[in-house]
Amino acid sequence: MSGAPSEIALQIIWNRLIAVVEEQAQTLVRTAFSTSAREAGDISAGVFDPEGRMLAQAVTGTPGHVNSMARSVGHFLQAFPPASLREGDILITNDPWKGTGHLFDLTVVTPVFLAGRLVALFASTTHVVDIGGLGASAEGRQIYHEGLYIPLMHLARQGELNEDLLALVRANVREPVQVLGDIHALIACNRKGAERLVAMMREFGLTDLSQPAEAIIARSRRAMGEAIARLPQGSWSASMTIDGFEAPVTLAARLTIAGDRVLVDYAGTSGLSRYAINCPLCYTEAYTCFAIKAAIAPWIPNNTGTLDAVVVTAPENSIVNAPHPAAVFARSVIGHMLPDLIYGCLDQALPETVPAEGTSSLWNLTLLAGHGLTGSGGSATRAFTVTTFHSGGAGARPRQDGLSATPFPSGVRNVPVEITEAITPLVIWRKELRCGSGGPGRQRGGLGQRMVVGRRDGEAFALQARFERVRFPARGRAGGWPGAAGRLSLASGAPVAAKGLQVIPAGDRLVVEMPGGGGYGDPLDRDPALVARDLRYGLIEEAEAREVYGVILGPDGEPDGPATDRQRAALRTARASAADPG
Amino acid sequence: MSSLPRLAVDIGGTFTDLVLDIPGREALSAKLLTTHAAPERAVLDGVAAILGQAGLAPAEIGLVIHGTTLATNALIERKGARTALLTTDGFRDSLEIAYEHRFEQYDLYMERPEPLVPRPWRFEVPERLAADGSVLLPLDEAALAALGPRLVEEGVEALAICFLHAYANPVHERRARELLAGWLRPEAICLSSEVCPEIREYDRASTTVANAYVLPLMERYLGALEAGLAALGCRAPLLMMMSSGGMTTLATARRFPIRLVESGPAGGAMLARLIAAQSGIEHALAFDMGGTTAKLTLIDDLAPQQARSFEVARAARFLKGSGIPLRIPVIDMVEIGAGGGSIARVDALGRLAVGPESAGADPGPACYGRGGRAATVTDADLLIGRIDPEGFAGGRISLDPAAARRAVETDVALPLRLGPEAAACGITEMVSEAMAAAARVHAAECGKETAGRTMIAFGGAAPLHAARLAQRLGISRIVVPRGAGVGSAHGFLAAPLSYEVVRSRLMSLAELDARALDALFAEMRAEAEAILAPAAPVASLEERRQAFMRYRGQGHEVAVPLPPGPYAGRDAGRLLRAGFEATYRALYGRLIPGLEVEALTWTLSLAEAKPLPARLPPLPPAPAPAAARQRRIIDPATGAVVEADVFDRAQLPPGARIRGPALVQEEATTTVIPPGFSAAHDAAGHLVLEAEAAA
Repeated sequence: MSGAPSEIALQIIWNRLIAVVEEQAQTLVRTAFSTSAREAGDISAGVFDPEGRMLAQAVTGTPGHVNSMARSVGHFLQAFPPASLREGDILITNDPWKGTGHLFDLTVVTPVFLAGRLVALFASTTHVVDIGGLGASAEGRQIYHEGLYIPLMHLARQGELNEDLLALVRANVREPVQVLGDIHALIACNRKGAERLVAMMREFGLTDLSQPAEAIIARSRRAMGEAIARLPQGSWSASMTIDGFEAPVTLAARLTIAGDRVLVDYAGTSGLSRYAINCPLCYTEAYTCFAIKAAIAPWIPNNTGTLDAVVVTAPENSIVNAPHPAAVFARSVIGHMLPDLIYGCLDQALPETVPAEGTSSLWNLTLLAGHGLTGSGGSATRAFTVTTFHSGGAGARPRQDGLSATPFPSGVRNVPVEITEAITPLVIWRKELRCGSGGPGRQRGGLGQRMVVGRRDGEAFALQARFERVRFPARGRAGGWPGAAGRLSLASGAPVAAKGLQVIPAGDRLVVEMPGGGGYGDPLDRDPALVARDLRYGLIEEAEAREVYGVILGPDGEPDGPATDRQRAALRTARASAADPG
Repeated sequence: MSSLPRLAVDIGGTFTDLVLDIPGREALSAKLLTTHAAPERAVLDGVAAILGQAGLAPAEIGLVIHGTTLATNALIERKGARTALLTTDGFRDSLEIAYEHRFEQYDLYMERPEPLVPRPWRFEVPERLAADGSVLLPLDEAALAALGPRLVEEGVEALAICFLHAYANPVHERRARELLAGWLRPEAICLSSEVCPEIREYDRASTTVANAYVLPLMERYLGALEAGLAALGCRAPLLMMMSSGGMTTLATARRFPIRLVESGPAGGAMLARLIAAQSGIEHALAFDMGGTTAKLTLIDDLAPQQARSFEVARAARFLKGSGIPLRIPVIDMVEIGAGGGSIARVDALGRLAVGPESAGADPGPACYGRGGRAATVTDADLLIGRIDPEGFAGGRISLDPAAARRAVETDVALPLRLGPEAAACGITEMVSEAMAAAARVHAAECGKETAGRTMIAFGGAAPLHAARLAQRLGISRIVVPRGAGVGSAHGFLAAPLSYEVVRSRLMSLAELDARALDALFAEMRAEAEAILAPAAPVASLEERRQAFMRYRGQGHEVAVPLPPGPYAGRDAGRLLRAGFEATYRALYGRLIPGLEVEALTWTLSLAEAKPLPARLPPLPPAPAPAAARQRRIIDPATGAVVEADVFDRAQLPPGARIRGPALVQEEATTTVIPPGFSAAHDAAGHLVLEAEAAA
């Protein structure tokens, strides 16, 4: 490891491995069928050494696959040791506990050989259009309700596809051609990665990856360790209550910074739900790691060396460590909340660093119609299913307002209204920022959105609801106020429940009001000019400017300085005495 | 027209370049500082100067071709018009909500770009079309009438109208313009159904708004330029260069100024195309590397790769998703932050990273001695002997090797525990790897390969790095054009008159209505002809059609070339499916049987059939000249120190073959010929490098 060329060559090899997995991921996104894969980037791609250590992973739309996919290759190698693998073999699973957390995610692993020797494995995961069972529903009670379960097995042996498995898949899913298409997309993207890897190894005259693998992992581990060692040492706890399905759920964590490691323990967290919002530990780990890395070392690429620095533990049978046979389809409902909880701990160790709580869990609309669900006309009930990706407001940051209608921690993208309307009978009547939903603060929380959805032909349709922050809104930080809670209703007035299958009757419309992010800092410290702007922009009402922010505007719409000072002083006094009635 | 002198003018951020092409004579060029307050001034001064040099009168010019970064700069610097947006009721925030996306997964402090139209100027009106273009809710004309006075009150200078599904039926947008025309000049009202009649409401609105935002400024500028040229006595037609690599008329440029963004780089690609024609190159990779960026373009069978989307004014300079998306016809080039001024540093992981931050021209690389302290690519090139410290920029700038050494030592060598020369090699290797990675990914996205192509290398830094990049990409032949340092204006002279029209109509191939499709293309053809007819005889126009198709259920379309129409009576569904399958197989290697195929968007482009120069005959070999002198350089591929022959490009006799290691110096750049390559001038004066043994 001394001498110029080998050091620079090593660094080029590292960059090249990252470029290879990015190309692998892009290949998958462009050929995938499921909207969650291509619009939301709900996929992942990575390269591993023969010991199952992850060397590089593409940055995709979902942090949820990071650790889970990283571990999956280890499970495969345990079931199928390197010595048993042959050129042309391909492995597959959708085991939620050995893959990426629910049956919809298919993971395909392809061993790569050079001169007859196993040199690496490529893994890729995508969220398929359908996997049978209840479909995209949070109402499953056990994993058996949730569809086809494929244990770790061969998808191909020495180039021969496992046609029996493919026939089984075809018979069990609602969109067989598209799901088979996705399986082929996974095979193809791994093949693309393998081609690029072999070309690189030839270019650099490598017969195996052991030297670069050691260097990548050791350097990343060291850098991550150093980043952690610079933090204050100690333990901090936080908890957060969220809506849950049948009852509120308490998420609790204790975060310990000890030397070059961060330990997170979820003791005190609620037990399992009877429904499908349970989260396998692999998925819990992924969002925990993501939250910590984004806050302290976002520049270090993900690999075995960095992931090892965060150690996650959780009591078995808690909602963040759900064992078989718990239903887990909507595990992201819980998983997406974990960064807010982690930041509740980290904020005590690192003030003025992390954001306030946000909407966090996605407000995706899974809309559908079909026999037995919205009607009983058999094949005469016109069936469709579509999922569009939407987000409420994100939490305010220490020096910046929260982002409106923007996902965090997920990295999804929305689907254009015109596309949704071109392929379904739906009409989206409104999609706009929701005035007043951003949590007040020195920095304001991001705004949620308001959407109104109907059907062009006036027939009934249904919503698979799995929404959070309807009872318990996103809390502010450092004196910031909570964002607005979410709300679902019919245009005709009746409320709609936020979890489970909801039918929108013929002729009616669904009104979706997404939550806002929490504010950061005392709203009375917000720059009055920004309050005036927010009012002029229609992001807040005048009453909020006056009563919450204490800003009085002159006839020109600009803040009246002396009047604002008086109003803020009065509000400070009133709030202090309300907080301390003694 | 072709026998008259033609003048090309390119306004860049720093310089305004002019090239005067006089049949039978050597082309003349001029370079002036861009006059930002009134850009036409530098142009008119330059025209006067270059005509004086040529001894021509303004009236003798036959054609003026013009490209400018003005529109791009207005978008980057947010210096456009006070622009309002009118949308369907309930959708004024679409422009701000954009894709509901964070372009940086791990950045807690990311900001999304501010929309060009702030919320108070985003107005709504009740109206609604369905996806098939039928009316769900009629346009509320009374509500619209009330809007007029408000636009005037707010001092709005330009208005974009973007209604949902207007790509399928423009009726409401047109009526809205009629009703508002009393309050705002109709020319300053841009309809999404005219600027970008394509499905996906955010992209369409973004493009239409950007068009309105730059329109008043471009109108003013083009008017002043036209008047100024007329005042000089120049009566030649003025054509504008577009991002697609084609030219258009002034009238069209005034209506759709958004099509003029990035015309400079497009000119570079057209220059490469011209050289590909002269040198008989079927598969080329154009490589343009300057001070801050490198741009790579694939050119196959003399056609640069085309695309329909582009992102301008990226906040985080090269980060996808951080800018303003535009759906316009563009030459598809990959641009990365790698140039002579790119800064090298060692990150917290001990990894050497180069760019995208650039020292630019001021203060510039450390070796310029103008106060720049950061180690740059140019400093590394100087340290390993590629650049002659006394011969830079024709000897006008003397470079300081000690300053370069100091910067590389401090920023890179010490942290990596390497010697300064090894660190300098590392910098050039890293920048070359970054460009190679970008080229590989881009080629893969187009379903193409880089290996086996001929590279055409131009721009100040490209000839220094071309051979090493070629080695990485499996390329064994490189053409360094004559005057390799000069830019786009030469390319303008090679551009054809052209125009592309787009329509979105979702059609399933299984139930394709060939008659409706023929009618759609007839309408598109008429629109394109109307635009080009004033400048080119219709008979000289070549038509190209494309459909953007996908398997039903997929979210990304692929661009499929279509056979000429009409399609009625020809089993058009099968014909189009065959085209789709050929393209899909080329991109992804396999087909998916049993799935329906649908087409979402259709384009038709008309271009003047412009004869390209014929391939030049090979030159008879000439004896190799003796080197003027020798210099020690380091070959970063091996790290070995070698003695390189140094030649002055102007003195190199045609046909004489020189062997690497060698350096060929000219005013604006130096071509590096590494060991294992040889080079010779061809009949056109281009320097052609060949790998002696294929790697």
